[in-house]
Amino acid sequence: MQAAIELFQKALLDLDREEAGRILAQAGATLTPVAIAGEIVAPALERIGNAWQGGDASLSEVYMSGRICEELIDAILPATDPGRTVQPKMAITVLRDSHLLGKRIVYSMLRSSGYGLLDYGRASVDELVERVLQDGVGILLISTLMYPSALEVKEVRAKLDRAGAAVKILVGGAPFNMDRQLWREVGADAMGRDAAEAVSLVAQTIEAAGGIS
Amino acid sequence: MTSLERVLTTLSHREPDRVPLFLMLTMHGAKELGLTIREYFSKAEQVVEGQLRLRARYGHDCLCPFFYAALEVEAWGGEVVFREDGPANSGEPIIKKPEQILELVPPGIGDAAGLGKVLRAIEMLKSRVGDEVPIIGVAISPFSLPVMQMGFGPYLELMHERPDLFERLMRVNEVFSANWANAQLDAGATAICYFDPVSSTTIIPRDRFLRTGFQVARRTLQRIHGPTAIHLASGRCVPILEDLIELGPAVIGVGPLEDLGTVKAACRGRVAVLGNLNGVEMCRWSPQQAETVVQETLAKAASGGGFILSDGHGEIPFQVTEDVLMAVAGAARRWGTYPREP
Repeated sequence: MQAAIELFQKALLDLDREEAGRILAQAGATLTPVAIAGEIVAPALERIGNAWQGGDASLSEVYMSGRICEELIDAILPATDPGRTVQPKMAITVLRDSHLLGKRIVYSMLRSSGYGLLDYGRASVDELVERVLQDGVGILLISTLMYPSALEVKEVRAKLDRAGAAVKILVGGAPFNMDRQLWREVGADAMGRDAAEAVSLVAQTIEAAGGIS
Repeated sequence: MTSLERVLTTLSHREPDRVPLFLMLTMHGAKELGLTIREYFSKAEQVVEGQLRLRARYGHDCLCPFFYAALEVEAWGGEVVFREDGPANSGEPIIKKPEQILELVPPGIGDAAGLGKVLRAIEMLKSRVGDEVPIIGVAISPFSLPVMQMGFGPYLELMHERPDLFERLMRVNEVFSANWANAQLDAGATAICYFDPVSSTTIIPRDRFLRTGFQVARRTLQRIHGPTAIHLASGRCVPILEDLIELGPAVIGVGPLEDLGTVKAACRGRVAVLGNLNGVEMCRWSPQQAETVVQETLAKAASGGGFILSDGHGEIPFQVTEDVLMAVAGAARRWGTYPREP
């Protein structure tokens, strides 16, 4: 399996869609689509994400890899497939921020790792709270680039608490990476330094919540 | 020593009377004038007044009549989305399909009302301060501008998958960026800060940078008729430091996550370094913390000149308080004097 992960990772970094697809097709002879997502795609993306955190990969590589994986996984594991990881309802958004790249990367990584989630696009605090309550979301991921948007997480937390909604808020993005205390200050439950860490955090959050809400 | 003399001395890698301080305060002028950020940037006169008041208050060594990055994309027909607590963003991308790039024509600098406001602000500042203090103009690099022109994801896809259209976009943007930078110099700007976050290895790997952003920067900087600083905002610069130096800027901006001592050692005697206080952390610093961080930063990079103390992003967040800015400015004066104690 290790060899397959390494080859897959290389194909992603080379932006070689065909080779990446071929490796997954080969793995399909012995693995289910869910196992492919969890045992080959997710670890390869995690390695690339970790490399970014360490300064050995760039955001463009993380983004393009996630995009290729999302296409490949969607082909073998459609969004509605019951095989996708069973989980609390999960959504991802940015708060009044024009910078959508981080959200897109995390979204791709989670979907490529077998999770299903709602993409709320860009929202104001009130729109977001309303949608979270309406959809019964249990895990809310908020991606930020602008510092004022990071501060707005505090308002989201307060409004969800007031509504009595037990929502786990996971945050990430430049302001949180620049100031490692900021996520606590705004009332988030956890902070991911990169997309790979976001996937791990989601897994941990689901596990801590007992799997299914 | 005037601010300009102080800066020119450090740029020539000698020690002036003290380390120059650049407080890149763009939005704080609105607070000074009791205006919203949107109101503040609606008139060049207000920005001039804001910049002069800020300098009178903090005594720093530059004027920064930069309005907001989205102003440039506004010149291309894009919209600007203001917010009350931070910099304006660009709205919907102007390039919705890559093929539109074939029809793209660089806007004339004189045709864009927003750019005209910036030029008027620079002219007015120049007439007020003469050669006493440097006026820093800003141009977003042709390589980074597409993030606002088409959105970050679609731009990365273009760069990787449509080299023909990418190249065409760069050529069009290069004309605009160089014209914009030169118009600011003609209006009285002392130097141009070439903002190029996409070239950072945080965003693209070095080999791709050498094939793309580096070539774009080389062509564009050659067309700019004045001194330049290259700033990658908060992105990493260490892996491409030698490449950036080769481009010939007078200054390199360093992000808050970089090891400033390493950068200064590599740049010593070759290019001046500007940085790298953490603007996000600055939002919750106490004045005492500000003093400590300034001291530590100076200890890493001040010796021998070739250093300007500043934030590491190129813009201080609106949330940073007057008390903290006062503490930063006071500490820079107190601890930044030359000759430094061994």
